[in-house]
Amino acid sequence: MSRRVRLALKGVVWGVCLVPLATLVYWFARDDLTANPISFVTTTLGDWTLRILLASLAMTPIRLVLGVSWPITLRRLLGLFAFFYVCLHGSVWIVLDFFFDWPRMWEDILKRPYITMGMLGLLSLIPLAATSTAGMIKRLGARRWRRLHRLAYLAGVAGSIHFLWLAKVGRTDQYWYVATLALLLAIRLGDVALRAVRRRRERRGARVATASIRMP
Amino acid sequence: MLISRAPRFTSNDITDAKHYLTRREWMLGAAALTLLPGESAAATPQGEPLKAARNDAQSLREPATKFESATTYNNFYEFGVNKPDPARLAHTLKPRPWTVRVDGLVHKPKTHDIDDLLRLSPLEERVYALRCVEGWSMIIPWIGFPLASLLKRAEPTGQAKYAEFTTLLDPSQFPGQRSSLFGFSLDWPYTEGLRLDEALHPLTLLTVGMYGQVLPNQNGAPVRVVVPWKYGFKSAKSIVRIRLTSEQPATAWNKAAPQEYGFYSNVNPAVDHPRWSQATERRIGEFRRRPTLPFNGYADQVAPLYASLDLKKYY
Repeated sequence: MSRRVRLALKGVVWGVCLVPLATLVYWFARDDLTANPISFVTTTLGDWTLRILLASLAMTPIRLVLGVSWPITLRRLLGLFAFFYVCLHGSVWIVLDFFFDWPRMWEDILKRPYITMGMLGLLSLIPLAATSTAGMIKRLGARRWRRLHRLAYLAGVAGSIHFLWLAKVGRTDQYWYVATLALLLAIRLGDVALRAVRRRRERRGARVATASIRMP
Repeated sequence: MLISRAPRFTSNDITDAKHYLTRREWMLGAAALTLLPGESAAATPQGEPLKAARNDAQSLREPATKFESATTYNNFYEFGVNKPDPARLAHTLKPRPWTVRVDGLVHKPKTHDIDDLLRLSPLEERVYALRCVEGWSMIIPWIGFPLASLLKRAEPTGQAKYAEFTTLLDPSQFPGQRSSLFGFSLDWPYTEGLRLDEALHPLTLLTVGMYGQVLPNQNGAPVRVVVPWKYGFKSAKSIVRIRLTSEQPATAWNKAAPQEYGFYSNVNPAVDHPRWSQATERRIGEFRRRPTLPFNGYADQVAPLYASLDLKKYY
């Protein structure tokens, strides 16, 4: 894929990922953040964290299913935007919601399973954001880096459970996120299984081949 | 006894206009200049005016929540599960003609036409605090009369121990009552219940208006109850039937999630919701959380009703 197309794709991701934030700022300026602005801003930022995180987790499955390589060039950018939104989400909770009331927040993290889960998701994204540069890949080695970055799935699972547990009876949108995540995980696991089968078949094929060489 | 006789709101609780304005400015920033007219605390009601003398003895001395907030930020699952749904879909409800049946364990069961009900007893305005179980609160000037006036007319029998309130069941008027893709809904019709002494308590208001006007559809038109010392969902909206019973009635939210929503559901900062703390609340329009008061600040009037009740067990 040409450099121009890749840049264009990244431009689209930048644009799309900044729209939710820009919209919040616009609504803030118009005093249009509903009657409970802090709650509205928190949930909106949380929604977009999860959407963008799932989008970044979707890149590899899309590559696997469609057999195209371009999604991989967007994976890191989407991951970083998910981190950006989760930081805003967490900051609103700390600053606007609890106004640095650390003891009460700490109590909530320990006592409320959905907050524990949300915190786990947030924390698991930190090492990923910190090691997102090409330099860090080199320093860690591709293999170790890849292994570390499987944490992204932990973040996805933690984020989805966080939403599932906080949603009131009667809400249904949380199930869409869980279903999407399950589908993405299924594709990845299916791919792993498929490759294992293929490897075994290749090995057996190789053995048959060696055997036939010895035959005569 | 956990609940002390806490004073109601002291003058410290009343937001000084000076701070209120500072906060507004902070919230609005430079955009304050672009504010649309009619957004002051005393927003101009758009509905049909309803006259009532204020009952000062039963009114908080606190600025009312913006009318716009009180009518656009609602939990009313009959319209939908999201806060803006009730305001958006309110037009689907037809509050006239309407009747309210009072029956069950009473000597004089009767079906009241809503317009007769409005004339049954003198209307009064009462400024009450409303505390939602989700952790936010509002100050609302309701219009109505004590529910006791209606119930006493029906002459409850000696066996009557509870009152059950039933909300209108009509999916054509309440889109939220239509079956959904995921099959979830509350068990319609919405029912709520009070102990008879709670229902007869002078604070319990049969409510037909707010902010000097007829009750907007999204706030439970044409008639609802307001029980200010309990979480908001205990105050049934758009009531078509009040039935007195000897057994504790099943209630909609209690059936949906019994460990989260008890029959009593008195506002209590010492008893957490299983998923969040009830120690604090956000007053709509304010920035910082404020502590939640036992019985929502009405402890001196209602705590005696629960003198022999373990409020942790009967949450």
